[in-house]
Amino acid sequence: MGVNVADMPVEKKDALSGVSPRLRFRLKERAIESLLQLAALTSVAITLGIVGILSYESFQFFSQISIIDFLTDRQWTPLFADAHYGILPLVTGTLVTTIVALLVAIPMGSLIAIYLSEYASRSVREFVKPALELLSAVPTVVYGYFALLFVTPALQQLWPGLPGFNMLSAGLVIGMMIVPYVSSVSEDAMRAVPTHLREGAFALGATRMQTALRVVFPSALSGITAAYVLGVSRAIGETMVVAIAAGMQPTLTLNPLEPAATMTAYIVQVSLGDVPHGSVAYQTIFATGLMLLLLTLLFNIAGHVLKKRYRQVY
Amino acid sequence: MKAMDASQTVLKAEARGLNFFYGQAQALHGITLPIYDRCVTALIGPSGCGKTTYLRCLNRMHDLYPGNRYEGEVTLYPDRVNIVGPEVDPIEVRMRIGMVFQKPNPFPKSIYENVAYGLRIRDVSNRSELDAVVERALREAALWGEVKDRLQASALNISGGQQQRLCIARALATSPELLLFDEPTSALDPTATSRIEELVTELKQKVAIVIVTHNMQQAARVSDYTAFMYEGRVVEYDRTETIFTNPTVKLTEEYITGRFG
Repeated sequence: MGVNVADMPVEKKDALSGVSPRLRFRLKERAIESLLQLAALTSVAITLGIVGILSYESFQFFSQISIIDFLTDRQWTPLFADAHYGILPLVTGTLVTTIVALLVAIPMGSLIAIYLSEYASRSVREFVKPALELLSAVPTVVYGYFALLFVTPALQQLWPGLPGFNMLSAGLVIGMMIVPYVSSVSEDAMRAVPTHLREGAFALGATRMQTALRVVFPSALSGITAAYVLGVSRAIGETMVVAIAAGMQPTLTLNPLEPAATMTAYIVQVSLGDVPHGSVAYQTIFATGLMLLLLTLLFNIAGHVLKKRYRQVY
Repeated sequence: MKAMDASQTVLKAEARGLNFFYGQAQALHGITLPIYDRCVTALIGPSGCGKTTYLRCLNRMHDLYPGNRYEGEVTLYPDRVNIVGPEVDPIEVRMRIGMVFQKPNPFPKSIYENVAYGLRIRDVSNRSELDAVVERALREAALWGEVKDRLQASALNISGGQQQRLCIARALATSPELLLFDEPTSALDPTATSRIEELVTELKQKVAIVIVTHNMQQAARVSDYTAFMYEGRVVEYDRTETIFTNPTVKLTEEYITGRFG
């Protein structure tokens, strides 16, 4: 390289003196880049490791239990003498709590987002937003006890026959828990809609509500979809609330008023128990984990497709 | 200000002593300006002179943001309502006065739904009525021939000039009495610009038009009356040919001849 050394600033002597300053900067740049690359690769490696272990242990599991039984058997009793390995009761448990949670979180989160983005004054927004975000700082175990000791008794006033453990109250509380995620990401998406689109609607005589619902919301749909997908993932993966409030018996039911175990709750139950390492019962948690991963992945892919479909170039 | 030849012109709106404040900052000082029906009134002046601020007073756009305040009056004829009066609902004003913005801002919807939007928010849902209005508005905006076969296509997939004409069609669909243009060609190429200018000239046969422009030739080409504004005041207002050929105020002459601004 044609570097004229006389033109370079004078450098202090150190370990790398003798090397041209330009080269030293380049080496330093290279080192920083490698470090950053390493950090990025670590997260990829961890993900691959998790998938690898889940797959390996699940493979062991499926070499003993037929995958047909796993997907079609209507009972999940791996710890009983008469062991059944049908994942369906755990899947329905997860789906019911997730659906209940989304029935709370999506309308509420969307309404809050519309209010904060289109109606609230700056001072209100600056107060409400941090307050909402604080909600997501509450440990999930607290939500679990809130569901069990407050929401369930309250619901029992309405349905006296409601069992102490039920999916409804767990689902409702998960819903409240993920409202901040949904509202915060949706609001960001709505506020990113350019002002000139809003003004275009207002100039035609639209009210705030018409502008919010017919112009801003559809324009932000891509980002709002991302918010919903985040909510779905959180709801599917939520563990503490369901483990505490929904009961631990795997039951094949779609009725939210009944107790049931979700996939996550089952994993907690077995991980905490004294199941011998390497046994089929032990491997069930990996098979369940893999199922959970696939389900979440499915929703994420669906969300990604929707997000792409609604992407707007303003 | 000279007396206007009022033999064939009818007032559509008139500002009298209009002051406007962004919070504490006064942006318009005693604007007095007539707007004649079936005429194009151009507002010219250097950046920050208040021409867009004045334009946005006419459809109460400033009401969308907190802290803005009007003083004085803008009378809309024939019913002589003071459109900046606090008792007047800004939405009522915007229903009567349309606006086309600097940057084409079609909604991310189909071409059809863009034009139909103004009717939909007025709760018109009769399909044949919508169809008729959409076609009428697109014809008036000289866009019908180009888009009639793809009304359901996204409005974001047509060219910038077409988008701007679509925005004009969207404003025309609700038959406004007064149409405001805020530098409508500043984001367009010369060909698209001249089409918009032709369109403005055609549209003035049906509706009163106020256009803000930075382009002096544009003001000279399309307008019947021109107001030169400077620092929140109207410096001079007259027939366009008078302003451009024989301005009374020295400042106007200096601006028009490009000595400042």
